[in-house]
Amino acid sequence: MSFAVELTISVLLLIGGLFVLVGSVGLLRLQDLYVRLHAPTKATTLGLGGILIGSMVYMFHLQGHVSINELLITLFLVITAPVTAHILAKAALHNQVDTMERTRNKHLIATAREQLPPEKNGQSKEKT
Amino acid sequence: MNFFSRAFPMPSHSLMLLIVWLMINSTVSLGHILLGTVLAIAIPLLCAPLRVPQSGIKKPLKALLYVFVVLKDIVVANLQVALLVLGPLRKIKPGFVAVPLDLPDTLPITVLASTVTMTPGTVSADVSKDQKWLYVHVLDMPDNEQEVIDLIKNRYESRIKEIFEC
Amino acid sequence: MLDISVILVAIMLCIALVFNLWRLLIGPHIVDRILALDTMYINSIALILLYGIYNRTPLYFEAALLIAMLGFVSSVAFGKYLLRGDIIE
Repeated sequence: MSFAVELTISVLLLIGGLFVLVGSVGLLRLQDLYVRLHAPTKATTLGLGGILIGSMVYMFHLQGHVSINELLITLFLVITAPVTAHILAKAALHNQVDTMERTRNKHLIATAREQLPPEKNGQSKEKT
Repeated sequence: MNFFSRAFPMPSHSLMLLIVWLMINSTVSLGHILLGTVLAIAIPLLCAPLRVPQSGIKKPLKALLYVFVVLKDIVVANLQVALLVLGPLRKIKPGFVAVPLDLPDTLPITVLASTVTMTPGTVSADVSKDQKWLYVHVLDMPDNEQEVIDLIKNRYESRIKEIFEC
Repeated sequence: MLDISVILVAIMLCIALVFNLWRLLIGPHIVDRILALDTMYINSIALILLYGIYNRTPLYFEAALLIAMLGFVSSVAFGKYLLRGDIIE
């Protein structure tokens, strides 16, 4: 295996690992649930994508043909990660999880929980 | 024609099942193509009664373009979120926004909600019952929240509208 | 060089898993715990793939795919259960 290929794989793996780590740091560090949702869903998906592409390049050099399984895992994760995030956000709304003090437009939480359209006077409040 | 539509209630799904089967086994050998074809015929026949009618993709080329736009945005989103997470937490100003929807069907709304979740600083939280409003949680809210709504509407919703032609 | 970077990334992933476990233990709300569990699934997929590179074998992809699917289904099932759980309103 040539040096350039090893370098490519290493860089991809390191970028992936770094993003996964950042996602987990965000999960631990941020203050309320809705904010915490952002870190793992986004950062972890890209981080895993990086590791999967690195693994794909490596397997290509090991076997001589492209193995598409990794692509399938990436595709699956890109499709499912938003669904999980949406379901968890919905569950959080339903269970009335506390939000951060400075969260804006808190009045929308009540209407979102009931799945009603936002109230008209609420909208005028938003503007001010 | 009648026989065809009865044997393949969902032609695109059948094709996708075959392709995914071949991808899982990562071969194109005859045996796996035959087995995949059998599965691709049998599974849609079993699942056809469960299906909810959806509007299909009318412009595949635009859909492909949309996928690339979203992929680029995912990378940008990750960099932004990483910077926000590692930076001082006092800078994060979260908030909720209600985005008015203009899409008539559930599949386009699902696609929009998924894109909103994957792209910079926003997570979709809920859809109102009449499917006219999408509630979005914003990680770092700009002072004027109309910016977020405009971004979602102009960048994603208009493209989805073109793809599904509704 | 590849061996060193694989071990380095494995260390990063293990630290990430410890953070997730910490959030799983302290999570003030049950939704936090589910989110931590979901992140743990994804991190363990990454760890398994890395183990495949370390052992120079493509055998572990099936395991990774299975964890991805089961993780998604279980997270959604937990979320659905929470959505049904309180219908007292």
